[in-house]
Amino acid sequence: MEEMTGQERQLVDWLADMNEDDAIDLAKRMLLEEGANPLRVLELCRAGMDIVGKRFEEGEYFLPELVLAGEMLETIGAIAKPLITHAPGEEPKKLGRVLIGTVHGDLHDIGKNIVSFMLDINGFEVKDIGVDVPVQTFLKEIDAYKPDVIGLSGFLTLAFDSMKETISAIDGAGLRGSAKIMIGGGQIDETVRSYTGADAFGTNAVDAVSLCKRWVGVAA
Amino acid sequence: MTGGIVQTPEAKAAYDARWQRVMDCVALRQPDRMPIGMQPTFWLAKYAGISCKQLMYDYEGTKAIAERAVLEFQPDVHSPLVLATASGNALEAIGFKQLNWPGHGVGDDQPFQYVDREYMKPEEYDEFLFDPTGFYLQKYLPRVAGAFEGFEDLPSLPGLHYFRLIGGIRAFAKPSVRAALEKVIKAAEEVERFAAHHTQFTQRMAALGFPVSYTTTSVSPYDFIADYFRGATGMMKDLFRNKDKLLELLDKASVFLLRHAVAGAQASGNPVVFIPVHWAPDAFMSPKQFETFWWPSFRRMLIGLIDAGLIPMPMWEADCTKRLEIIRDVPPGKCIYWFERTDMVRAFEVLGDVVALRGNLSPSMMTTGTPDEVDAAVRHLAENVFHKGGKLILDCAFGIPDETPVENVRAMFDAARKYGG
Repeated sequence: MEEMTGQERQLVDWLADMNEDDAIDLAKRMLLEEGANPLRVLELCRAGMDIVGKRFEEGEYFLPELVLAGEMLETIGAIAKPLITHAPGEEPKKLGRVLIGTVHGDLHDIGKNIVSFMLDINGFEVKDIGVDVPVQTFLKEIDAYKPDVIGLSGFLTLAFDSMKETISAIDGAGLRGSAKIMIGGGQIDETVRSYTGADAFGTNAVDAVSLCKRWVGVAA
Repeated sequence: MTGGIVQTPEAKAAYDARWQRVMDCVALRQPDRMPIGMQPTFWLAKYAGISCKQLMYDYEGTKAIAERAVLEFQPDVHSPLVLATASGNALEAIGFKQLNWPGHGVGDDQPFQYVDREYMKPEEYDEFLFDPTGFYLQKYLPRVAGAFEGFEDLPSLPGLHYFRLIGGIRAFAKPSVRAALEKVIKAAEEVERFAAHHTQFTQRMAALGFPVSYTTTSVSPYDFIADYFRGATGMMKDLFRNKDKLLELLDKASVFLLRHAVAGAQASGNPVVFIPVHWAPDAFMSPKQFETFWWPSFRRMLIGLIDAGLIPMPMWEADCTKRLEIIRDVPPGKCIYWFERTDMVRAFEVLGDVVALRGNLSPSMMTTGTPDEVDAAVRHLAENVFHKGGKLILDCAFGIPDETPVENVRAMFDAARKYGG
């Protein structure tokens, strides 16, 4: 990222420090009154989110900060994106593709959403296919999207069997290929990983980012 | 306790010995052996080979299954098994919207699941704070239960006086309000039947010598607002956007939640108040947020319950290792702390001289492991907690997981008796 002006640095800091009102006001002013390049503003948002992600990894920030960061990013994105006039192409190259969903029978989505957000701000292209996802839907989506990593989420103990069934169907359909499968959720541990046949498990969003980075060959 | 059902002297002795074991733990005295708790929910369906839906809708069938389970496993304390499972008719009558249950949003053989939504908007804090009852009647109840739809048309009651009071009740004649009242009365009649079956079950079990662990449940003020009003993400944003109002509501909620819990437990005659804890885990908020938002109002509730002669039993879900030093701050010998994923040996080291402990066989081991693995896990807890002086009530991490093979439950009880003497 090129050198930041004082104003730009201020935006990054306010985003990183959870100073929502000031950050949104400043972004609006830059975009709507001062004619700032919307791609540049989005780049600044990403820089702010990088700091948020680091603070989360270091144990300074927790879920509430990630949720608020996601909101700020969404609000500024909604103002900035319609102002983009250039042809797309300036977007940074994604590190890899992750397909994620909550397995069938389970309706929980908070953990999955946090993982999607953290992967997104860490440079992955994420496709979230929702909750209570039938095995066949996973197969169809994997076939079409060709993800590098497949993430299966579940909070209830019933998810153990749903995950096992989903992974076995992915194998059976010959769709696993070089893709890696990670599982996560409130009750997931090594016992469940081994039971389901997943490549790895995680207990939080930082684990998910580390796994994906390792699998696509980027230093975590 | 037994509702007039005859209790033989042998059954009374067995009942007293079981209850005493748990009470010894609470008082931080060493019991004669490690007590065992049994808290299945939809596992009873697996045990009996029926669907979750059948378990939820068949009062007589569910009572029979629950009795069979208690008689087979002979726990020292069992949960209110009928209350926890056979709620289908009541939920339907009230048109409950905060759960998906078999036939209502999930399949016949799936457990019920909570629907996390924003049931109170952020701009409604003031209204709730100013007049909680009015907010309940006109806004909250119709949002969470269909039977109350129509209550939106009720008048605001504070302020009605003299002839304004006479005129003010006209709203009760509105078709929408009449229809709602009729539905609520019908729902209440169903809930009465449901409650009567629960009482019959616990009284019969008491007569046979088996105490119920608790019959009253409560919730922490933070979880109450997060789960049932603002929704998970709404609440997390409120920590930044509506901090002062949230703190005010936490204070207020701690008062009315405490009143409910005290009244319920005192009426039931069972002093234990079970409090599942959802939002305390290490990963969910920073230590500072925990000490600002979560703990103070909950601690006030704990102290209020203790002062009323009751025994709070919070179930600390997920991993709460980083909270142990903080939640230690309660009078010794008054609470049972049930842990889900917190390492029990660590919990014993920090809290062993303050609270009784309950738990915590891992759900993944119980559902996918072998009886030998269950035996080893029970042995680990018995040797490293109970026999080292920990006042441990052995149980699963949050009760018996629904999918647990029956042989693993047998292994759990056998091992507890083998190693807990």
